[in-house]
Amino acid sequence: MTKAAGAGAAPATAERITIRLNGEPRVATRGPVLHLLHTLDLDPRMVVVELNRTIVRRQALQETLIHEGDEIELVHFVGGG
Amino acid sequence: MTTTVTAPVDTPLVIGGRTFRSRLMVGTGKYRDNEIMGRALEASGAEIVTVAVRRVDLDRRKAEGILFHLDPEQYFLLANTAGCYSAEEAVRYARLAREAGFNNFLKLEVIGDRETLLPDTAGLLEATRALVADGFQVMAYTSDDLITALRLEDLGVAAVMPLASPIGSGLGLVNPYGVRTIKRRVSVPVIVDAGVGTASDACVTMEQGVDGILMNTAIAEATDPVAMGAAMRLAVEAGRLAYLAGRMPRREIAVPSSPTTGMLG
Repeated sequence: MTKAAGAGAAPATAERITIRLNGEPRVATRGPVLHLLHTLDLDPRMVVVELNRTIVRRQALQETLIHEGDEIELVHFVGGG
Repeated sequence: MTTTVTAPVDTPLVIGGRTFRSRLMVGTGKYRDNEIMGRALEASGAEIVTVAVRRVDLDRRKAEGILFHLDPEQYFLLANTAGCYSAEEAVRYARLAREAGFNNFLKLEVIGDRETLLPDTAGLLEATRALVADGFQVMAYTSDDLITALRLEDLGVAAVMPLASPIGSGLGLVNPYGVRTIKRRVSVPVIVDAGVGTASDACVTMEQGVDGILMNTAIAEATDPVAMGAAMRLAVEAGRLAYLAGRMPRREIAVPSSPTTGMLG
């Protein structure tokens, strides 16, 4: 695994991949999960990321890369009883 | 000399090694808007508030994670596994909830039926086993069945949470005997969860001697949720105090309150 330069920055050669995000197909850039969150304008402290059924710890969002075909779930707390 | 009114001294509510100041816990679902929710929670005096784990709505984004409207410094966030129909699913949601980083407490629900939302007690025990082993403080939403409550305690739950009646039904405490029996037999806290409809339900429930109540719809769906939040706070306190005070025996005959002697001839 390679680390991208700046926090959440996409790799210089942005490779378009198709992932499954919250159950829907979506075109994204191959790179860190953190970059995906930034692209979606989501605060990493407010969401929890599951990548292919495994939780990505917050401190690992930068070093964890997404690949073609990955299944990603982004969840947060909502009102409930 | 002044007269002081002293209420019976209550023991603190301790769940999973943590002390809580309020015996009323409230949910955050179904409110008309977040401003009313905030005021209703405040009026209820609750310390523990429940939240659910759901997908981020990517189309509306910014809008509406509950944490935008709920101060984690003010409330103890208790994540639930509402909507989970298997142990495996509940465990998955539990781990996602814990990753949010607030605490390792969990209101575990494994629902068994879509019409009644009654708990799947077999699935509940299975999920409890996995989550206790994984370090969770499990507060288990269960039926009014004593045997399940005993098994949950054996598995190491932090609290047993029998229902008063089905979730969102507002039917009140339908089996006080069952809830009393659970309270008598388990040593972990018993928190009645679901089914309370109005303040008298909450009061009667607390009078059974249980350690607390968790409710959502009764407050959220009241015409005035803020007023109902306040009513529930008083009802839970009144019910608890009445339990500690010890009620008079029930009799099927009248006993006069005024002297029967000294009547005019």
